[in-house]
Amino acid sequence: MMKLNDNVPNSGDAREDRKQFVTVSVGNQLFGLPIHQVRDVFVVTEMTPIPLAPPSVAGLFNLRGRVITVLSLRTMLGFDPAETVDSETVAIGIEWRGESFGLLVDRVQEVMALAEAGRDSNPINLNKRWASFSAGIHQLDSQLLVELSLESLFNDLSSKAA
Amino acid sequence: MDNLLRDFVVETTENIDVVDSELVRFEQDPNNTAIIAQIFRLVHTVKGTCGFLGLPRLEALSHAAESAIDRFREGAPVTRDAVTLILSTIDRIKVIIAELDRSMQEPQGEDSDLIQALEALTVGSSQQDVPTTRSSVVPATDVTLGTLVYQVLERELRPGEVPLDELECAFRETEADEREFGFGMLERAGLANDDGMSLRAGRADDASVEDQSNDAVGLENSLRNNTIRVPIDTLEHLMTMVSELVLTRNQLLEISRRDEREAFKVPLQRLSLVTAELQETVMKTRMQPIGNAWTKLPRLIRDLCQDLGKDIELTMLGAETEIDRQLLELIKDPMLHMIRNAADHGIETAGERVRQGKPPKGHISISALQEGGYIALSISDDGRGLDLARIRQRAIRQGMASEKEIDRMSDQQVTKFIFHAGFSTAEKVTNVSGRGVGMDIVRNNIEQMGGAITVKTVAGASTTIDIKIPLTLAIAAALIVESGGQRFALPQMAVVELVRPGGSTEARIEHIHAAPVLRLRKRLLPLVQLNRLLAINTDMVSDWNNAFIVVCKVSGSSFGIVVDSVLQTEEIVVKPVSAQIRHLTCYSGATILGDGTVIMILDPSGLAQNIGSIAEAHNDNSSLIPDRLETGCSRTSLLIFKAGAGGPKAVPLALVTRLEEIDISRIEQAGGKNLVQYRGKLMDLVMINEAAGFREAGKQPVLVLGSADQPVGLVVDEIIDIIDDVLDMKICGGKPGILGSAIIRDCATDIVDVAFFVPKMGANALTRGKPKRRLLLVEPSDLLSAMLAPVLQAAGYAVQTATKAEDAADLVSGSGFDVAVISLEDEAALSLAATAASTTSCIGYAGRSSAELREKAHLAGFKDVVGTFDREGLLASLATLGKGFGEAA
Repeated sequence: MMKLNDNVPNSGDAREDRKQFVTVSVGNQLFGLPIHQVRDVFVVTEMTPIPLAPPSVAGLFNLRGRVITVLSLRTMLGFDPAETVDSETVAIGIEWRGESFGLLVDRVQEVMALAEAGRDSNPINLNKRWASFSAGIHQLDSQLLVELSLESLFNDLSSKAA
Repeated sequence: MDNLLRDFVVETTENIDVVDSELVRFEQDPNNTAIIAQIFRLVHTVKGTCGFLGLPRLEALSHAAESAIDRFREGAPVTRDAVTLILSTIDRIKVIIAELDRSMQEPQGEDSDLIQALEALTVGSSQQDVPTTRSSVVPATDVTLGTLVYQVLERELRPGEVPLDELECAFRETEADEREFGFGMLERAGLANDDGMSLRAGRADDASVEDQSNDAVGLENSLRNNTIRVPIDTLEHLMTMVSELVLTRNQLLEISRRDEREAFKVPLQRLSLVTAELQETVMKTRMQPIGNAWTKLPRLIRDLCQDLGKDIELTMLGAETEIDRQLLELIKDPMLHMIRNAADHGIETAGERVRQGKPPKGHISISALQEGGYIALSISDDGRGLDLARIRQRAIRQGMASEKEIDRMSDQQVTKFIFHAGFSTAEKVTNVSGRGVGMDIVRNNIEQMGGAITVKTVAGASTTIDIKIPLTLAIAAALIVESGGQRFALPQMAVVELVRPGGSTEARIEHIHAAPVLRLRKRLLPLVQLNRLLAINTDMVSDWNNAFIVVCKVSGSSFGIVVDSVLQTEEIVVKPVSAQIRHLTCYSGATILGDGTVIMILDPSGLAQNIGSIAEAHNDNSSLIPDRLETGCSRTSLLIFKAGAGGPKAVPLALVTRLEEIDISRIEQAGGKNLVQYRGKLMDLVMINEAAGFREAGKQPVLVLGSADQPVGLVVDEIIDIIDDVLDMKICGGKPGILGSAIIRDCATDIVDVAFFVPKMGANALTRGKPKRRLLLVEPSDLLSAMLAPVLQAAGYAVQTATKAEDAADLVSGSGFDVAVISLEDEAALSLAATAASTTSCIGYAGRSSAELREKAHLAGFKDVVGTFDREGLLASLATLGKGFGEAA
């Protein structure tokens, strides 16, 4: 496997331990999503809001004939929701339990290979909500990256829906 | 081998279901040799295939059953016990098959109990009864000896086992249903070929097989090419893909409409046609006869008769009616439940029936009928009917309503309590029914599939349950409405009518402590503002007078949804929403519109729940409101009534302003006319033919026609019904006042020419002193033209009609019309308006008036565009133009 990014610390470790992540930024924080869980990345142009839906559900979107439920990562993480949807708004396409979702993010960055071993556990003073979504923290040269756990993200959603 | 086994399971399940109901028929009609021959053949097929696949338990069981059935075939008396025994054997076979289906293995178990009983039956009857039907039959033991030579069988024949020779003899002699026979042969032959071995290997005498299957071979070939088994998943996938294709096609059409690129037009049109045909064909693959859901019913009734000690006959009509496979599954259980109810609660015991002067045998009938896009199912019994007094008592005791409320309720309203959860009037809980769960679940199931259920009962005589379900779930007709700046789809099944309050209509919105209600035909209709219910843009001030009210009926209660506008009707493909928003009861799914936007589909029953408890009391008298919204000009809501001599008469409901009952004493005579004071005005009462008179006393039903300013009352004897039907009218116009005749519900019905009656009034008051304005109506359909012209005449216009825009163009340029009302369905309408607009004000109307159409129409010079059935909108628009004339003059 090729080394994808020079930003990666601890690069001396065994290469099999590396996992690839799609990195996105939300409110100046960098997050990583396991690449095998990401189906595609698309631009959300026009969204249909769903009245009465939980705030984390931003709306429905027609992606090439499929109805995608768009979730706002901003809202889920406690940031203010993005004011408007424009041609710059991107979402990460995710297939979860047979249903299609789009995760609204501020920006999609790059794909990085990160060593499993280099992952730190959540600092104890991390916000409870954040801690529940985070699978761990990776130390990059310039900043920290929070590894998102889709499992807990969706569990949180379903528990609210119930 | 797995595939082979799976095919076997599928085929056997079907066969066994048939045997089940056939046996019940046979029990009632033991002399019918055709039935028993068919049963025998089916069981034999099962047995044969079992042996081949190595399923010893099944083989032994089906063998024993076959032997017993064979005795009947030879004329042994058919006893109830014997049939019961065979039926329980079949039940056991079903259990084994179910296990096979699950694990591909026969379950462990012992069937000697049944086999012994069956053998006892076989031996017993063969000893007691000399075979009578077939002289060629020799005592079993002899035959065994004589034919063992040819058998591959390496064991003694079991008691009652029939040697192969005789079987084939029987096959040849039986007058088989060639088609089904061919099927069985074909499938088995097909299996054998696939596996490279022959099923016939076991037969000693190949020649006889050849002989016997000669006929089948021809059939085999033709059938082999005609049918294949396809896994349902594949069909479902195909269906989804076609739905997507339809959506994409719609999007393309929308784009081409905007772009006007000529090069795309022809291929797009072809794509559109092909897609429509593809959709239709794929839909067909999903359709199955509803009789498939009924196969278990004869057996059920038989078992119930034994359990309950009653004698009940079941008739099934319209089993061939086709319905979507998915719905078939959903309707199965409710059907079983209702049949069980009818047999247990409805039908009395034979003794009780005789005491009441009824035939001792009870009767339950099921019928299915396709009506437009819906299936009408009806289950009726001639039992004791619902005990309304008892239901009233129970409802009070169970706290479902207060005594006062119950007193005020009509019988029809009281019957609705049986659909409440936990409601049961059965005196004792039997193992059949009476546990107080059921009818509410039945109703839920039916409503989930977008259907409706109603009960009619006549005390001591009958109970009828009517169910209406859509043909398919995948595509539904929906009304697209807008509220709070957002669009929503509302399934048309639940929509009863559209009301536009304010203006000249009588419908008025009033408030009771901030709760909006609408007075509609003397009833109070609770209203809910969609944007408030969904909490969108609640600060928007609603303009009540410009709002639309969509009247919905759910579980028998009506309410009005207030929306900002009604955009169009559209065939929508229902898409489920994700788990995160599925808990919102307001929605039943989402859909993609032609322009590509996603919108939510509202669930009327969910909305009803959210509004709060809409009292059951707001229950419209169903005979006074149209069944449902008109979807287009092909189907018309008709009011059927009796007046004077002759058959029933009908008038398009769109032309009737109101239905009234007028007290005879209030009718006054003046100037040779019958008049009545009506809403502060004098209303002229006219009759279809002068021979018909008023009633002696009491109330006289009257259809109020014409405009609100100048109503005319058409006196009728009796209002029969309101139906929604395709009006195929032969315009004959022989009699004055009759437009023509049509066949409505198998009955020749005169269609009343409203225009004939309305001018009678126009001559006396409406336009006196005022010069009539000249109006040109351009409408390609004769019927619509006949419907719209009287409305316009009543509004005080001299109406001339034209069917084609080309003809109209000449008329417009030749004689000066003040206003032209033009159907936008006609392509040439736009160019007509462009030429006429300089001299004549044009108003367009269309079934679907999209924003784009409006835009185009305005550009072409139309002053306004209204919906085809929006009569009030049209009149209001004309009135606005009228003011313009006044100022100009």
